[in-house]
Amino acid sequence: MAASFKDTLKSGEFIVTAEVGPPKGTDIGEMKQHIELLKDKVHGINMTDNQSSVMRLSSLVGCHIIKELGGVPILQMTGRDRNRMALQSDLISAAVLGIDTVLCLTGDHMTLGDHKDAKPVHDLESVQILKAVRTLESGKDLGGNPLKGAPSFCAGAVVTPEADPIAPQLLKFEKKIRAGAEFFQTQAVYDLDNFKRFMDYAAKFEVKILAGIVLLVSAGMAKFMNKNVAGIFVPDALVREMESVAKKEQLQKGIEIAGRMIRTLKEQSIGHGVHIMAIGKEAVIPEILQVAGLL
Amino acid sequence: MIVAERKPFDEIKAMLAGYGKVFILGCDTCVSVCMAGGRKEVGLLASQLRMSFKKDGSDVVIDEDTVERQCNKEYMELVLNKLKDYQVVVSMACGAGVQLLADLTEPQQVLPGVNTRFIGMTPKDGNWVERCRACGDCVLGETAGICPITVCAKGILNGPCGGTDHGKCEVDKDKDCAWTLIHARLDKMGKLDNIKKIFPPRKHGVKTHPASQVHEVYKGE
Repeated sequence: MAASFKDTLKSGEFIVTAEVGPPKGTDIGEMKQHIELLKDKVHGINMTDNQSSVMRLSSLVGCHIIKELGGVPILQMTGRDRNRMALQSDLISAAVLGIDTVLCLTGDHMTLGDHKDAKPVHDLESVQILKAVRTLESGKDLGGNPLKGAPSFCAGAVVTPEADPIAPQLLKFEKKIRAGAEFFQTQAVYDLDNFKRFMDYAAKFEVKILAGIVLLVSAGMAKFMNKNVAGIFVPDALVREMESVAKKEQLQKGIEIAGRMIRTLKEQSIGHGVHIMAIGKEAVIPEILQVAGLL
Repeated sequence: MIVAERKPFDEIKAMLAGYGKVFILGCDTCVSVCMAGGRKEVGLLASQLRMSFKKDGSDVVIDEDTVERQCNKEYMELVLNKLKDYQVVVSMACGAGVQLLADLTEPQQVLPGVNTRFIGMTPKDGNWVERCRACGDCVLGETAGICPITVCAKGILNGPCGGTDHGKCEVDKDKDCAWTLIHARLDKMGKLDNIKKIFPPRKHGVKTHPASQVHEVYKGE
């Protein structure tokens, strides 16, 4: 049986997690393939929660399927679509299903997704969701009412080491730790020197930090993210490296870069592991792990 | 103040289809300042409507007046008699004014002439920005006079979300990130400790809708 994520965090191993996106619709064939492909190669599989404000299969059901297939699920929960009632209800439901690892996020704004006219909730944000997790564990809900059976979770959150300005980000990072975060999966990092500086600062905290590795599938994607995605910065050298090969070989180059970064992080002990986001290209994650020397 | 914008002319005209005697009632308080429903705008709309109906060959009567405050009964009583002769009254006040008018003139048809948008301020002439959500639980003392509930698109309380970028908001790159502003101003004030604490979830129970309040002196009346 796979180790619980909490135990993995304690093990001192180089931790590898990967993200799987649930489908928009009832056809879960491809999602199951990705889970089958990854479940024995990574320590945990994140199931995204209506990622980018695009309506999909719920992260809770996705995590249940990971569990059924023998993987270790990491339940992503944002405060965008559910108020504190629904979030707490889903948290105790997750616990009943044996899903014990949760990643607490604020959530992208509704207007970024495919239901722009929906009412955004934001009753709780990431720090308050972490607090809600810890409150439920104490045997009470956020209303102060006793629970008939308390859940137990391994709780995590997100940090953006490339945020500019960084000070407000770090203030929130420290609040997340005080609210009970045990691990962090970072927004994508490409500048490992900068990530090392972040880790030097973060070393004083008793939390595990997994560097976010977003697979570059093309040079265009790198440029697009630099222009449009908050907190992601792909250095020029990497953009040029992607451009140095023909378009049809750029995915392969991206795999090589991702694998190389993971290898460097592991060899130089920068951080405690990686979180791989191969948005839409989950099938190539094993190849990335091979390049990284982890398979 | 309350900021509103006038409904599009075609929408107002379409609402008035079939009426022969129309009164347009302006409000000379907030909606006057934001140039949506004050005396001037009422005159403009009335003229536009008269010309347009005339062009269509219809002889609709359009009359107009503006009161000091449509959300206040005392001011409204000054015009109520006058309104009785009309089939429909277009209120150019905010939603509160429209509703008091409808209460006072029941069962007369009252129509809204503006869309009420927000409580805001005027950073420069002709520009208005939302600055208060009337949440009923003000935190401005801790957040350097910048409201996270209003200025942050998500209204969150414990610092910036992951969508902030170079001090801008993920929803609109032209808008500032409230938490970047709050952090910067508190830093200047030497009061960053204000926001190091974890703000608990908001108490939405303190203000169910519709909110109401009674001044101490008037209690029991």
